[in-house]
Amino acid sequence: MPIRCEIVSQDRMIFEGDVDTVVLPGAEGEMGILPRHAPLLTTLKFGVIKVRSKGKEEVFTVSGGVAEVQPDIVTILADAAENVEEIDVARAEAARERAEKYLAEGPPPDSDAYLKMEAALRRSRLRLDAVRRYRGIGGPRTTLSPTTEDEE
Amino acid sequence: MANAREVLLRIRSVKNIAQVTRALQAVSASKVQKAMQAMYRTRPYATKAWQVLTHIAAQPGRKSLHPLLVERDQVGKALVVLISGDRGLAGAYNANIVRFTIKHFADYHVPVRYITIGRKGRDMMIRRRQDILAEYSNLPAAPAFEDVSAIGRQAVNEFLSGNVDEVYLVYTDFVNMVKQDPKVKKLLPLEIDTGEGRVEAFGDTHAGAEATYIYEPGQEQILDEIVPRFTALQVYQAVMESLASEHAARMVAMKNATENATELSAALQLEYNKARQQAITSEMLDIAGGAEALAKSQ
Repeated sequence: MPIRCEIVSQDRMIFEGDVDTVVLPGAEGEMGILPRHAPLLTTLKFGVIKVRSKGKEEVFTVSGGVAEVQPDIVTILADAAENVEEIDVARAEAARERAEKYLAEGPPPDSDAYLKMEAALRRSRLRLDAVRRYRGIGGPRTTLSPTTEDEE
Repeated sequence: MANAREVLLRIRSVKNIAQVTRALQAVSASKVQKAMQAMYRTRPYATKAWQVLTHIAAQPGRKSLHPLLVERDQVGKALVVLISGDRGLAGAYNANIVRFTIKHFADYHVPVRYITIGRKGRDMMIRRRQDILAEYSNLPAAPAFEDVSAIGRQAVNEFLSGNVDEVYLVYTDFVNMVKQDPKVKKLLPLEIDTGEGRVEAFGDTHAGAEATYIYEPGQEQILDEIVPRFTALQVYQAVMESLASEHAARMVAMKNATENATELSAALQLEYNKARQQAITSEMLDIAGGAEALAKSQ
């Protein structure tokens, strides 16, 4: 018996389908959700969501949000989420550089702009990490640029 | 029959109107596309968020869960958030939503206060001597959640502070290009929505106390975070729906206006031709009559 999984971010539907398991970055640690799970409501941390169905795994980055679990459905309301295969590496890289540069210039640490940039930096790092670790698992290894592999 | 010159002037002015309405129609057509896309993009999130809210509200012991979920025994005042447009020339769009609101709340069993979004709605409500608590106008053409979240927050605060005991949202639901329906939605306290199958199905399979959630981190923390936020999100989505509806209504209104103007100018052209012909005929008769008189007198 599969469980339905729906991942939506504020501006679009990201994933929708019947799956075997869902692994979420919950507020109190990673959790695996199987069909017939008890009803649960949790906030999400920065991290990755892994959706497995019939031996195939899809990985999504998520930067915070809420997940509602019902016995037959997992609804993930993400602040921002992306399929790892769809992440634009060049863009994430550029965003990271921009944010790092901005933060290095030392604006007041409690200003809105600073917090925004900090969040942007965390998001782009999360994306790049996820690409490095998970890209190629669920689909063909195509657009991975060599520069990202060399890093760190 | 009007004289030819007058008719000519009218034709010219009607044609000018047609030109303006045609331009407005084209502008609205492109705006409605954008507004529709924006609305469809945010719709899934808002719908899911609303579902989660209703699931929370459907739990046993909801009264102790969160103050925003508590149904009050005594309802003293209601708050209505009315979404209208900033601009006119949108057919019956603004008039419809205001009329709908008045019809719905004029004889409401408790006094009603309003938060209006959009200039037109505000003006019409003032003219009808309604009690307006706050008004928001001149929203950006493509509002982000941050632009609207203050409105939702105000509604939530009014409710929490006990100034009002019920909050409703009145907006225009975008069905399609030619159909937009005024709608009223009860925002606070949250109502258990039995219209959709999910809540009921949930109740069926996990009846009674078993259906309570496990909360991570704490129940209070998570409800404090999501309930006000998701409520504000409903206001945002309603604004997006209303915007798309407004542009669609304006486009249709302008299309009709253009068609009418074209029709009218064709009719006037005919009238002009007749008037001109008649003027020539009577002139000819004058000349002929004059010539005859001249011939007779010689």
